Amino acid sequence: MPMIELRNVSKWYGSFQVLDDCTTRVGKGEVVVVCGPSGSGKSTLIKAVNGLEPFQKGEILVNGVSVGDPKTNLPKLRAHIGMVFQNFELFPHMSITRNLTLGQVKVLGRSQEEAEAKGLKLLDRVGLLSQKDKFPGQLSGGQQQRVAIARALSMDPIAMLFDEPTSALDPEMINEVLDVMVELAREGMTMMVVTHEMGFARKVAHRVVFMDNGQIVEDCTKDEFFGSVRSERAQTFLSKILHH
Amino acid sequence: MDWKVLLEQAPSGGMTYLGWLWSGLFWTLAVSLCAWVIAFSVGSVVGVARTVPLRVPRAIATAYVELFRNIPLLVQMFLWYFVMPEVVPKAWGDWLKQDMPNLLTLPFAAQFSLWEFTAAVLCLGLYTASRVAEQVRSGIQSLSVGQTNAGLAMGLTLPQVYRHVTLPMAYRIVIPPMTSEFLTIFKNSSTALTIGVLELTAQSRQISEYTFKTFEAFTAATLIYIVITMTVIFAMRALESRVAVPGYIAQGGGR
Repeated sequence: MPMIELRNVSKWYGSFQVLDDCTTRVGKGEVVVVCGPSGSGKSTLIKAVNGLEPFQKGEILVNGVSVGDPKTNLPKLRAHIGMVFQNFELFPHMSITRNLTLGQVKVLGRSQEEAEAKGLKLLDRVGLLSQKDKFPGQLSGGQQQRVAIARALSMDPIAMLFDEPTSALDPEMINEVLDVMVELAREGMTMMVVTHEMGFARKVAHRVVFMDNGQIVEDCTKDEFFGSVRSERAQTFLSKILHH
Repeated sequence: MDWKVLLEQAPSGGMTYLGWLWSGLFWTLAVSLCAWVIAFSVGSVVGVARTVPLRVPRAIATAYVELFRNIPLLVQMFLWYFVMPEVVPKAWGDWLKQDMPNLLTLPFAAQFSLWEFTAAVLCLGLYTASRVAEQVRSGIQSLSVGQTNAGLAMGLTLPQVYRHVTLPMAYRIVIPPMTSEFLTIFKNSSTALTIGVLELTAQSRQISEYTFKTFEAFTAATLIYIVITMTVIFAMRALESRVAVPGYIAQGGGR
């Protein structure tokens, strides 16, 4: 059973269709990179996986649980899917430590001490233990995004969703975030990553999904994608982002 | 100018005219602070309700705001005081008008009944709540949707997201406009004189009528109002720097 499975998912904003019959899956321990031009529906697709974006047709299963089913306990499901956002979305009024413990305490019911121990261990792992008492506004973008990854990991997720995690970063900070993600991928974390970082895709992705106009145009292994892409749209896209 | 007039014995209450001013100040503060408690709590609930993704609470909250902010405050004062007792069952109306305990036994002898005080507090509180609600709503909506999404994505329920993520930032952001509302409630409390609450403005008018010292009476009231509002401004500034978030720069520019 795949960890994340999308079956014929469609979504409309009014009469405008943002997702058009999307079908794909992410197996356990698999890293899938989703790419495509802006406005192609990548972010909408990844937000549909944990129910942040409702969809009108089709079905999404995470670990066998249907996301679109009104009977599904979404908070409970989301607690086990980590998500990292383009704009970090740390909570600005909380110290880094509180950012790391909030979900553990309020959602998982861990004690403050337990949550803090876990959170600080992960903060150490992303190399930012010394920043534990600071506030998000006092950290650089790259540091904030690493904290955001640690925050997601502190919930012991069964899968991680990354929505353009490096798009809002200054160029010199992209690598520190990608390094953390590469390490995670190598440890066998199930990951669905919306990104334009083809270097990351080359290094650790198992499969690449290419989207355009709300449709999944390519869904193939990394080698197939970088070797011999079949669709013209994917080739045009690749030539635009790879040649400088 | 003859400020000594304030120290003369007033014709009622067993105090000087200055005593009347203190009594007026007491009732201005009492009406305003009680009304602020209502305004802040009702306004917060209504403001939050205007932002939730549920149609019915949103519609009710919008109707509340439009109703209360579109009727002149003075008209609302009369509606609460004169009209409300007539539209409730007769026994209740009579109780409101006649049998509510009188406040004569309280300090700062008040020559009005608890009903006048209650009507003024309800009116001012519920009217200001509609304005507070708009501040709370704008504060919440100034935050990015990503904040709510981040809260939801870690498994918090929507009420938990409001409690821990959205509202703490929204309240911080709206401290400056909220200060204005808080100031306005003290100034608007003077409309309570129209239904017989002897607050500060009513007392100074009364002093002016008894002594013909119009300038002194209203200057004294003006100074007292300024002392109140300056106190509020300094208190709110202290609050603002106390809860300031390190490293956080409000969207739309620094300070």
